[in-house]
Amino acid sequence: MCVDCGCSGPPEMSGPQKTASVSLLQNLHQQNQNLAAHNREHFRSAGTLVLNLMSSPGAGKTALLEATLRTLQKTCRCAVLEGDLETELDAQRIRALNIPVIQITTGSACHLDAQLVHKALHGLDLAEIDILFIENVGNLVCPASFDLGQHLNIVLLSVTEGDDKPAKYPVMFRTADLLVISKLDLLPYVGDFRVDRAENFLRTLASRAPVISLSARSGAGLDEWLVWVHTQKAESSVNKDMTVEHGGAG
Amino acid sequence: MHELSLCRSLLRQILEVAEQHRALAVTLVRLRMGPLSGVEAELLKTAFPLAAAGTIAESAELDLTATCVEVYCENCWKNCRAGPNQLCCARCGSCVTQLVSGDELILDSVELTLDQPSALQNP
Repeated sequence: MCVDCGCSGPPEMSGPQKTASVSLLQNLHQQNQNLAAHNREHFRSAGTLVLNLMSSPGAGKTALLEATLRTLQKTCRCAVLEGDLETELDAQRIRALNIPVIQITTGSACHLDAQLVHKALHGLDLAEIDILFIENVGNLVCPASFDLGQHLNIVLLSVTEGDDKPAKYPVMFRTADLLVISKLDLLPYVGDFRVDRAENFLRTLASRAPVISLSARSGAGLDEWLVWVHTQKAESSVNKDMTVEHGGAG
Repeated sequence: MHELSLCRSLLRQILEVAEQHRALAVTLVRLRMGPLSGVEAELLKTAFPLAAAGTIAESAELDLTATCVEVYCENCWKNCRAGPNQLCCARCGSCVTQLVSGDELILDSVELTLDQPSALQNP
């Protein structure tokens, strides 16, 4: 097609111009993945285990972090990156526990990406951190597609959301290295949420991720979760080159 | 809606290639994407002109090819078609499978209008 007027004249009609097809086969996420690899190298050299928490808004990521850090900070040096569209509210809750925290406000962006995380890392001394938790923006869609350099993904599903979410958001739930069923204390009031059904939906995504049901409020299941975190930390220390399997599409 | 940020990243890749070839315009962009790529084709088509406005790719046509979801069954040792939220083997029912295709988001190729016929030498 002619560039000047949009007519369908043959290319030779438009003077010396020629067209060419250039084969590329490039991943669209390549730039983010390069940056994520850079972040991962920082984490590896500092010996920091990085856990990325993802869920819909209000599934209880911050509440789980609060309950976790109260215990974990006795044995591990922890820090948190908080991702939100707006406000410092979540960072304030973590700061109240005397845990180093950086709030990343994304404005209108619906996910964290490797560049935002890299920029935030400049505010932390990774050499002084054993475990870094990244609380991603509450969203069951976009964060799944962006590798941050994390070692493992934890996806939370609260019982109030319904047990069919893994089937409805396969891209997100496929990324899970651990599925946490949260707000277990509310289960008697929800009625139609079945933990086994949620797990079955996860299994049909060919996921072998373990499932831990817990309540940050009542404390039920927290021990099992803390054992999982400690196990990951121990394994990452043995194998410093531990890499994430599903850290971003493509 | 992360399609706009993806389009910006796509555009950077396209313009880099166009510059290497000293192209006057980008006329066609071929993408290959799967149902598990996390990207909605229609949203991508809407977002692309916004990202490309004012660049030599602003009139480019987006050609999107949808790929199928396919898994390799470790039980049958064979590939089979699957669905985005049904990644178990359709043959034997085993969920011990590996995704073979369906999550790709690939910039396949671009068509460029070149200034000179010789410009398509190795950059």
